[in-house]
Amino acid sequence: MIESIRNILKEHARLSTDITTLSDTADLYQAGMTSHASVNVMLALEASFDVEFPDRMLKRTVFQSVSSIREAVEELTAGK
Amino acid sequence: MTTAAPQGDVSTPAASPLETVTRIASEVARVHADSVDREGRFPVEAMEALKRARMLGLLVPASLGGPEVPLDQVASMCEALAHHCASTAMVFAMHHIQVACLARHGMASPMLRAYLTELNEKQLLIASVTSEVGVGGEMRASVTAVEQRDGRFSLDKDATTISYGEHADDLLATARRAPDAPRNDQSLVLLRKGSFTLERTSNWDTMGMRGTCSPGFKVRSTGPSEHVLPVAFADIASQTMVPVSHVLWGSVWLGIAAGAVARARAFVRQQARAKPGTVPPTASRLAEVHNLLQTMRASVHEVSAEAGRRMAASDPEALSSISFSLKMNNLKVSASTLVADIVHRALLICGIQGYKNDSPFSLGRYLRDAHSAALMIGNDRILATNASLLLVLKED
Ligand SMILES: Cc1cc2nc3c(=O)[nH]c(=O)nc-3n(C[C@H](O)[C@H](O)[C@H](O)COP(=O)(O)OP(=O)(O)OC[C@H]3O[C@@H](n4cnc5c(N)ncnc54)[C@H](O)[C@@H]3O)c2cc1C
Repeated sequence: MIESIRNILKEHARLSTDITTLSDTADLYQAGMTSHASVNVMLALEASFDVEFPDRMLKRTVFQSVSSIREAVEELTAGK
Repeated sequence: MTTAAPQGDVSTPAASPLETVTRIASEVARVHADSVDREGRFPVEAMEALKRARMLGLLVPASLGGPEVPLDQVASMCEALAHHCASTAMVFAMHHIQVACLARHGMASPMLRAYLTELNEKQLLIASVTSEVGVGGEMRASVTAVEQRDGRFSLDKDATTISYGEHADDLLATARRAPDAPRNDQSLVLLRKGSFTLERTSNWDTMGMRGTCSPGFKVRSTGPSEHVLPVAFADIASQTMVPVSHVLWGSVWLGIAAGAVARARAFVRQQARAKPGTVPPTASRLAEVHNLLQTMRASVHEVSAEAGRRMAASDPEALSSISFSLKMNNLKVSASTLVADIVHRALLICGIQGYKNDSPFSLGRYLRDAHSAALMIGNDRILATNASLLLVLKED
């Protein structure tokens, strides 16, 4: 899952730092992700994992790092 | 039967802050509004009166010695001032936006707490430096970075617009958090008088809002690192700067619209007096514009009250939510569009008397001031943000 998340970030987060040099807990906003880019990240995650992020999860902290994204996706796919 | 009040108990209650500002609006701001506009000068008389009445520390928390007035009261004050002088109202609004950011995000810092106490005691005026050459009106991006070394910061910024920059005591500036930080990883920095210089780089000879005196400046500053706010600007922007700006700006625009409708109403009344017993044809146009004004008022008040409630509950999640951002952005777009429409309709009612600059029903200043609203952070820019937020919002 981490690999897919990292691929999505690579394609859509428009980071100013190379994603491969970032740890799972590194702050993606500090690495240059704009809120506009985070929207595209979310849409790509939804398509790729066949989930829908409920409104309560649409917040900065959820998209802050690879691991926070993984936690959210795991929560969403848990019932499947 | 008469019920005589006991002697000594008939003292009139002290005027509320809102009553005081409303009085300053009609007794001071109104008197000087035309010369402020014509000469494009700072509204010194009204701002001095507001300072003397101690209206610059209204949002300073009670724990720091301030009056801690609720946001909706400050919004009503903006509306009252804009009824007579939109420039004064906008300066007042912009100042309180800055204070709100400090009061809500600087409390963890002893130095910033001391600053807020001082601001209230000395009635200091703060201006905002978010604009910058190279980023246009995108508040959430900076070119310049704040550099920190040995407990000191330095920050140099080429700003396109700083309202009342030359009249302010202190400034709040955005900058990239560090020299290696990306454009949108920003900090907010307090620049104290005496530790910054301003070099003017352009003029402020504008259509409207002339009294805000907002030319471009090169800002050079240094100071203690404690003046760099300890919170990411992203959070300050979404939780405080954007909602408070849109509430207070919306209130200024509502005041402009109400002022214009008041002139139209006076005009129609004058026409009616000239021919007693008949309803002048302009009266139905007045009924239409009055209807629009009520729509605008309802929308500004409703969204403002919600923003106030959410901020008072200090739930950062509720303030950062997508539906709330959309709502605040919609308030900005609708209020800024309605104000221009309403003033335009008021102008049509007053006809040539509204078009003339030297008539009591003149609407030139209202019309020119109103048109700043749509481009003060371009509406297209805001609608583009909303378009992308709507891609993710699931329910409303
Ligand atoms: C009265 C007044 C006082 C001000 N005071 C201050 C102040 O004190 N401090 C300060 O820092 N700034 C201040 N500003 C500046 C303001 O905050 C904006 O920075 C400025 O108005 C935007 O400038 P712009 O229209 O050239 O730039 P832009 O926002 O770049 O807009 C240019 C044009 O491009 C369009 N556009 C841009 N981006 C997009 C997009 N993504 N999608 C669609 N269209 C887009 C806009 O709608 C607009 O038509 C003030 C402005 C006014 C009018």
